[in-house]
Amino acid sequence: MRIIPFIISAAVTIALIFALNTSWKIGGVNSPLFGAFLSPQHGFWQNAESTNEDYNADLKFPQLTGKVNVYFDERLVPHVFAEQENDAYFVQGYLHAKFRLWQMELQTHAAAGRASEIIGEKALNHDREFRRLGMVYAAEIAEKEIEKDPVMKAECDAYTAGVNAYIGTLTESALPLEYKLIGYKPEKWSNLKTALFLKYMSYDLAAREDDFEMTNAKSFFNAADFAALYPAIQDSLDPIIPKGTPFAPQKVFPKAPVNADSVYLKNTVAATETEKPDPGNGSNNWAVSGKKTKSGAPILCNDPHLSLNLPSLWYEMQLSTPQFNVYGVTFPGAPSVVIGFNDSCAFGVTNGGRDVRDYYEITFKDDSRKEYLFNGTYHATTFRIDTIKIKGQPDFIDSVAYVQLGNNLCPVMFDKSFGGVRMDNHKYYAVRWTAHDTSDELKYFNLINRAKNYTDYQAAATNFHTPGQNCAFACKNGDIAIRTQGDWPAKWKGQGDFVMPGTDTSYLWQGMIPQDEVPYQYNPERGFISSANQKPVDDITYPYYIGRNYPMYRGIEINRKLSAMNNITPQDMMALQTDNYNAPAEMIMPLFIKNINEAVLSSEEKKYVDMLKGWNLHNDVGSKGATVFETLWSNLQDTVYEDEFAKAPKNTMYPFESSFMEGLLKDSAYKFLDDINTTKKETLADELTAVIKKITPVLSKAEAEGRLEWEKFKSTHVDHLAKLPAFGRQHLPIGGGVHNINATKETHGPSWRMVISLTASTEAYGVYPGGQSGNPGSKFYDNFIDQWAAGKYFSLWMMTKGEEKDAKVKWTMSFNKG
Amino acid sequence: MKFIASLILTALLSFAACLFLPWYSIAAAAFIVAALIPQSPAKSFVAGFTALLLLWGVLSFWISSNNEHLLAHKVSILLLKMDNPWILIFATAFIGALVGGFAALTGSFLRKNK
Repeated sequence: MRIIPFIISAAVTIALIFALNTSWKIGGVNSPLFGAFLSPQHGFWQNAESTNEDYNADLKFPQLTGKVNVYFDERLVPHVFAEQENDAYFVQGYLHAKFRLWQMELQTHAAAGRASEIIGEKALNHDREFRRLGMVYAAEIAEKEIEKDPVMKAECDAYTAGVNAYIGTLTESALPLEYKLIGYKPEKWSNLKTALFLKYMSYDLAAREDDFEMTNAKSFFNAADFAALYPAIQDSLDPIIPKGTPFAPQKVFPKAPVNADSVYLKNTVAATETEKPDPGNGSNNWAVSGKKTKSGAPILCNDPHLSLNLPSLWYEMQLSTPQFNVYGVTFPGAPSVVIGFNDSCAFGVTNGGRDVRDYYEITFKDDSRKEYLFNGTYHATTFRIDTIKIKGQPDFIDSVAYVQLGNNLCPVMFDKSFGGVRMDNHKYYAVRWTAHDTSDELKYFNLINRAKNYTDYQAAATNFHTPGQNCAFACKNGDIAIRTQGDWPAKWKGQGDFVMPGTDTSYLWQGMIPQDEVPYQYNPERGFISSANQKPVDDITYPYYIGRNYPMYRGIEINRKLSAMNNITPQDMMALQTDNYNAPAEMIMPLFIKNINEAVLSSEEKKYVDMLKGWNLHNDVGSKGATVFETLWSNLQDTVYEDEFAKAPKNTMYPFESSFMEGLLKDSAYKFLDDINTTKKETLADELTAVIKKITPVLSKAEAEGRLEWEKFKSTHVDHLAKLPAFGRQHLPIGGGVHNINATKETHGPSWRMVISLTASTEAYGVYPGGQSGNPGSKFYDNFIDQWAAGKYFSLWMMTKGEEKDAKVKWTMSFNKG
Repeated sequence: MKFIASLILTALLSFAACLFLPWYSIAAAAFIVAALIPQSPAKSFVAGFTALLLLWGVLSFWISSNNEHLLAHKVSILLLKMDNPWILIFATAFIGALVGGFAALTGSFLRKNK
């Protein structure tokens, strides 16, 4: 043995292995372990799925009680046929995990404030914020509620067992790619994780509030200006429940505290959350009755607008058992179908978007937060201690005080140790949020999946508490209906718009709107129901205060088009869902044309004005006019308000977009046009000239770079959930915009488009911007995106027994007890 | 003949080991083969190096071809900042080869000096 060469050579070998088995920081990013990641038998190559992948399998699990067959069609949509109902949920859990495990765990980790475990300290603020908002507290309450109901407990237990059955089969080489890349392993699923996922949706859809920003706005603007910038209702509003619809008699009578006007609230606050749900989270749904359709059968349509990601939020599937048969999109992370249709009816949702999250200022005896003042005496605080694990660093311990406000235990989200990123007034704010209340939204999905008629639909819908949704329904018997469903606090006018005093009961919510007073429509005379996140009712006749900030333009356009349409076909409905007409532009363009002073513009500036004049008001692919309009519009708002806002406290609410539009339409000498820093009184013409001069270089640059066409300028992209550019899809050729029915923005838009015609044999169409597999190495990862961008649909196949040999069935997975 | 035998044995043993063990079991495979089949250190190194170069190169190429290089395009952008599946396949093969070569070299030094 040659000792010295042996030692040197062994050392080199070991050092090499060590180097390849270590995560290096390269350009600020932690690298994967190159050896394991590149090994063809362990690493990412194992995720490079054959384009002829064979998904056939014969599986055995002791948890099953009967037989389940899964037929995958050519789009990899599974059609699950189970002899026993709970076996269907087991297999749903198994398939969700098989195709989407990484996203399920990522989303529930994010919901639970555990992102730092995976990505390190940069997620700490997110984690603290989510825990302080009481996300885990809320999920624990929901889990208890689910498990109280034996049917729902069995359903969730079966689902969880299915997810874990798949996790149990995972070897190192079979791990989803992202685990290998980031370097961690999946943990077991639980019913709590399902509850966390649902709370994540509640955060996304029902956590939006502007209490701090509105408090600052109220303190800065005088009453008249405040009312002009943040009106309670817009003139052009066409509510979900049409004006003039009678409502059930009022049973809860919320009373404003006597000092509301003087106390509520003169102070300013400088706090805000570190993150907020996207304000554009919204959706369209509508149903037309048979008298307006060519076939004579109702048609239901739904397109929920959410952040567009890969892997997609949605997973398409059919669940068929002796008790029910349903098709639609599901949430990887929860049992049942969320939006879809069964053999009798179709169902869909849009977000209610009301303010169900309010803040109360809490007075503690001292900084220890051990006692808080309520109704004149001090009470003991309960603490929740959170241990936040951080990758590569010691744990972070956070303690959150919980105070009893009336019947509710509320977390003091903001305190001296945590104020979001911009808190600097060191006050204490407790959060009252309906997502902390007991509720079981899974029961809605369970019941609506098997609903046969309007009565079943109503019984299902009332289980939906938070996030409140506009639940649309259509049935083969001809019925159509919509409920502005949710658990809504019965508020007095202005309650919860601003931060409220939390030292006694006077400002607390005084009750919830009773379920029989929830506004709804059932087979209305006009022959259709619709919602697009606009204010649900006209508050002249509705007795409760339901907040002020709702988007309204999509609703106006949908209702106008549906009113005019007859002999409707599913193809007409697809055209409507993908319509790029810009309704607010139609309203404001005549005013622009009248006020643009071309005499003072250069030839380059005039060129863009000409594009604007020649524009057909559609945000279509190829439209240059749309680019000019959208750029002009957003810059005009900023220019008009920037002088006022330069003096306002930081973090003041930006005026509602519709306030600007309506202000201009009402009065072209709109007060805020004047620049308060000059002696001259500026007019709309002055502001338009200034803005055209300001945006011309932007437009010229875009034109020089060949991206003046609207779809190129907007540049819609669908990002991977971990924002890895190579795993996302960039520059999608799709039109639309925030106020178009096709509400496709840069990273946000119709996350699932569905059209269901309830003829004797259901005619169903749908598409989502993703693919059935969550694996970036699968050809099914993003294969629906081009179809979606082109505004095209897939025909949805409700498979029936006896079609097992159909050419559309490409693979079969059988699940047996054993 | 010894060279070919150790090359093939190293590749086979590495492949078998990696069915059950972590990726660095390729080092053990190359080491054992070099220790059992006496060759000069240089030849041992080349045999171990070539065995893993071929094994990892062929495996990754074969997997990637069946995948129509869908994933290799994406991962090459991610890791190498350029869209080139071929370089990614080569990088994979080269990393395996380096470990295989040095492990085999170590194995050859284990034997008595002739």
